[in-house]
Amino acid sequence: MNKKALSGIVAVVLGFGVGIIFSMILGIKMDGGLTTYMPQDVLAPMLKSFTGYDITGAEAYNLRYVGEFIVASIPLILTGLSVGFAFKTGLFNIGAEGQLMMGSLAATLCGLYLDLPPIIHPLVCIIAAGIAGFLFGVIPGYLKARFNVHEVVTCIMLNYVGMYFANMIYRSLPGFSSEKTEPLKETALLKSDFLSSITNGSHLNWSILIVVVSLFAYWFIINKTTFGYQLKAIGNNKHAANYSGMKVNRGIIMSMGISGLFAGLAGAALVLGVFGYGRTLTGFEEYGYTGIAVALVGANSALGILFAGGLFSILAVAQPLLQVAGVPRDIAVIISALIIFFCAIPLLYDKYINKYLEKRQHKKAKKQNGGEV
Amino acid sequence: MENVIEMLEITKEFPGIKAVDNVTFEVKKQEIHALLGENGAGKSTLMSILFGLYQPEAGLIKVKGKEVKITNPNIANDLGIGMVHQHFKLIDDFSVVENIILGYEPVNKFVLDLDTARHKVIELSEKYQLNVDVDAKIEDISVGMQQRVEILKMLYRDNDILIFDEPTAVLTPQEVKELMKIMKNLINEGKSIILITHKLKEIKMVADRCKILRKGKKIGCVEVAKTTESEMASMMVGREVNFNVEKEAKKAGDVVLEIKNLVIEHKKKYNVVNDISFKVRKGEVYGIAGIEGNGQTELVYGITGLVKVKSGSIYFNDQDITNMPIKKRFDIGLSHVPEDRHKHGLVLDFTLAENIVLHSYDKKPYQENGIINKKEVDQYANRLIKEFDIRSSLGSKTIVRQMSGGNQQKIIIAREISLAPDLLLVVQPTRGLDVGAIEYIHQRIIAQRNDDKAILLVSLELDEILSLTDRIGVMYQGQLMGEVKTYETNENEIGLMMAGLNKKESDLNE
Repeated sequence: MNKKALSGIVAVVLGFGVGIIFSMILGIKMDGGLTTYMPQDVLAPMLKSFTGYDITGAEAYNLRYVGEFIVASIPLILTGLSVGFAFKTGLFNIGAEGQLMMGSLAATLCGLYLDLPPIIHPLVCIIAAGIAGFLFGVIPGYLKARFNVHEVVTCIMLNYVGMYFANMIYRSLPGFSSEKTEPLKETALLKSDFLSSITNGSHLNWSILIVVVSLFAYWFIINKTTFGYQLKAIGNNKHAANYSGMKVNRGIIMSMGISGLFAGLAGAALVLGVFGYGRTLTGFEEYGYTGIAVALVGANSALGILFAGGLFSILAVAQPLLQVAGVPRDIAVIISALIIFFCAIPLLYDKYINKYLEKRQHKKAKKQNGGEV
Repeated sequence: MENVIEMLEITKEFPGIKAVDNVTFEVKKQEIHALLGENGAGKSTLMSILFGLYQPEAGLIKVKGKEVKITNPNIANDLGIGMVHQHFKLIDDFSVVENIILGYEPVNKFVLDLDTARHKVIELSEKYQLNVDVDAKIEDISVGMQQRVEILKMLYRDNDILIFDEPTAVLTPQEVKELMKIMKNLINEGKSIILITHKLKEIKMVADRCKILRKGKKIGCVEVAKTTESEMASMMVGREVNFNVEKEAKKAGDVVLEIKNLVIEHKKKYNVVNDISFKVRKGEVYGIAGIEGNGQTELVYGITGLVKVKSGSIYFNDQDITNMPIKKRFDIGLSHVPEDRHKHGLVLDFTLAENIVLHSYDKKPYQENGIINKKEVDQYANRLIKEFDIRSSLGSKTIVRQMSGGNQQKIIIAREISLAPDLLLVVQPTRGLDVGAIEYIHQRIIAQRNDDKAILLVSLELDEILSLTDRIGVMYQGQLMGEVKTYETNENEIGLMMAGLNKKESDLNE
C-alpha cells in the first residue's frame, strides 16, 4: 500500500471518528436543546444507506438503497476524475460544475432533436456531452497557456456562464415549462427497467457504464501512455518538461480539455440516466465542488477516486436516513468537512505514516536480501 | 587569547541522521577560523545552530565566556553574531543605505532618519575601506560590491563575530583577493571571522586555524600555516584525492557547433547575449568562463532552444538549428546537462527510471503505439544505474527527491551521455557536489572528449575550466572578451577578462 492511499484512509477514519465524538458530546436535538447521540445512532443509517441492511431491524433488507447509492455516486466519481485529471498536470479545475452543465445541455439537445435508433442515440448524446465539456474546459486551459490567466479565476467565472447560458437555451426551447424542457426521446435514455427491477425499483441505470469506461480510461491514460507521462511531467515540473522539449502549453490545454470531458460525461449521466429532461437551475448543485473533495481524498488515482466518490455518495444519501432516525443530517455534512479537513493537513499524521512505511520497507528489504541489510 | 565563541559538544539530529555529532568548536578573538568539509558534513547545520535557526539536541554555547541560548537570529544578532549568506539577502530596488538599515531603521520623532544612517554607513565604509557607493541601487552594482554591502550590514549592526558562508563562489579571482584583504582589515579592527568554505586555496591564503568536519564529526583542527592543502583535503574526504585530471593530448576535429553573431534579449530590455561567435570542434572541451550573470545561462538557453534568439545563428553539424524545436535538437545529437538540476534537469517526484527516459519516453522500444513499455524502461534504467554507479535505496523505483545531490547529478549525466550526442553541453556540472562525485563527473566528461565528441562546458569554477578544457572563451556582460588556449593561459589572464578587460588589455596588464 502506498503512502497516499494510507493518508486517505487515515483522513477518512479521523473524519468519522472526530465527527462521531462531536455528535456524542454536542448533539443538538432536532426540536431544539442538547442531547447526545451514540455512535450506532449515526452509523446505522450510514450503513443502511449503501448496503440496504438495517442493523436496528426496523426495516427489512432493501436493495433499493444500494441502487440509489450507486446512482448518487456516478456524477461524483466523474467530477472527481475531472478534477483529478487536471491535478495531475498541476492544474486546479474548479470549473467542473460549469462543464457538467454544458455537458447536460449538449446531451439534452441531442436527446430532444436527433432521431436515432436506441444504443446509438445515447452514445451520440454522451459523445456530444463529452465534446461540450471538453470545449468548455479548453477555454480556461487556453487562457492559462496563452496569457497565463489563472485557471481558478476563469473556471469560477465560467461556472456562472455555463449555468446561465444553459438556462437561457432551455427557456428558449418549445415546450419548456415549470423549469423543465420536454422529456427526451425514449431512444436517448439510459434508464433501465432491468437494473431498476433487480434493485427493487431504484433509479439505477446504464450510466454506470460511463463510469466504468471513464475509470479505466483515466487509469490507462495516466499510468500507461506517453501522453500521461508528459502530463505528469508537466504537472510535477514544467521547467523540466520544457527542457526536454515537451509542448507544455499544449499539455495544459489538453489536460483541461480532458478534465472538462469527464465533467461533461457526468452531465450526460444525469440527464440521460436520472432526469430524462433538461432542467434550469437557480444555483449550483455542487457536483463540481464535491468532485474536488473526491479527487483530494482519492489522491487523484482512479481507484482512490472510485472509493472516495462512493464515500461522498454515502454521506449524501445517508442524510435523509439520518433524519428519519432522529439524528440531524448536519452530522453527515460535518463528517464530510472533517474528512476534507484531515486530508488537507497531512502534516498532522504524516510522521506516523512515514515511520510505519519505513518499517515495512525495511522488513521487505531484509526479506529480499536474505536477512542482510 | 580569549575565546569569543565556544560551542561545546554540540549534537543535532535530523530524522535518520546525526547532522552534527558531538562537535566542539571555538573561535578566538581576532582570528579567522575556517570551517572545512564536504556537502553534508554539517558545516551549515553547525552555523545555523550558532545563528539560532536550529536548536541542538545536546551541548551548550558560550559567547564571550557567557553561556547563552540562541533560539532565533535576533538573539544571535544581539550577541554580535552576523552572517553573510551565500545568496545575498538584498532588495534589488532599494539603495545600499536602505538595504543596510532594513530592520534597524533609525527613527527621529516617528520619521525615518535616513541622513544619520547614511553618515554612519559612509563612516563604516571608509573605516574598513569597503568602497561602497551608498546611494546606488543594488541592481546597479556588481556582485562583489553587493557582498561588501552585506558586510556593511553586519558592521552597521555592531556585529563582531562574522560568519561568511562560501563567500567567494560568486567572485572573480581579483575580487577574491580584495575580499581577503577586507577580511584581514576586519580582524585588525577587532572582529573575529568564521569562514565556511570548501576551497583549500582560500583557507591557505587567509585563515589562521581550520576545523575539518566529515559526516557530522569533527575530524581535526589544524594550524593552517603548518598544514599543506593536500593534508587538509584528505582529512576532509577521508582518503587521498587526485586533483589533477589526466588528459591525453588530442587534436580537435571538424566543427560541430558554430555560433555566429548571436544576440539574445532579456525581457525586451537589453541584450543579455551580445554578438557572440565561437566554434566547438570534435574531440575538444570548449569552456565558457565568467562570473555568474554575464549571459552564460542565456547563451546556453539559446543553444538548447529554451529562449528565442533575437538575431544571429546557431549551426550544428552544418545544419541551421537557430529556430529548431527543443525536442528536435535532442534528436539530432545535442545533449544538455542543465545548470539547475532541480529546476530543469529532473522531475523530482518521478522515479529514477522515469527520469532516465525524460527524452526517450516517446522512442521505441520504450513505447509502442503511445503505450509505455515499462519493462524496457526499467531495463534501460538498470543498465545505466550499473554503468554509472548511481546509488539509491530502491534502484530504478527510487523517487529521485530522496537521493543525494551527487547521485541526482549522475542520473542526468547518465541520461545525457547515453543519448550518444555529438555535442554535450554541460553547465555547472559539479556545483554543490562532494569531491568524490566531482572526480567521477570530470572523468566522464574527459572520456567523452577522448571519444571524439564535442563538449561545451560552462562553469563558474575557474579551476574546473582550467583543468578540463582545451580552449576557453571568457564572457563579460554578454560579450566574449577573448578566446585562449588553455595550456597558454593562466588564472590571472582569465580573471582580468572575467572582470571586463579584453584579451589585449589583459595581456598588457600581465
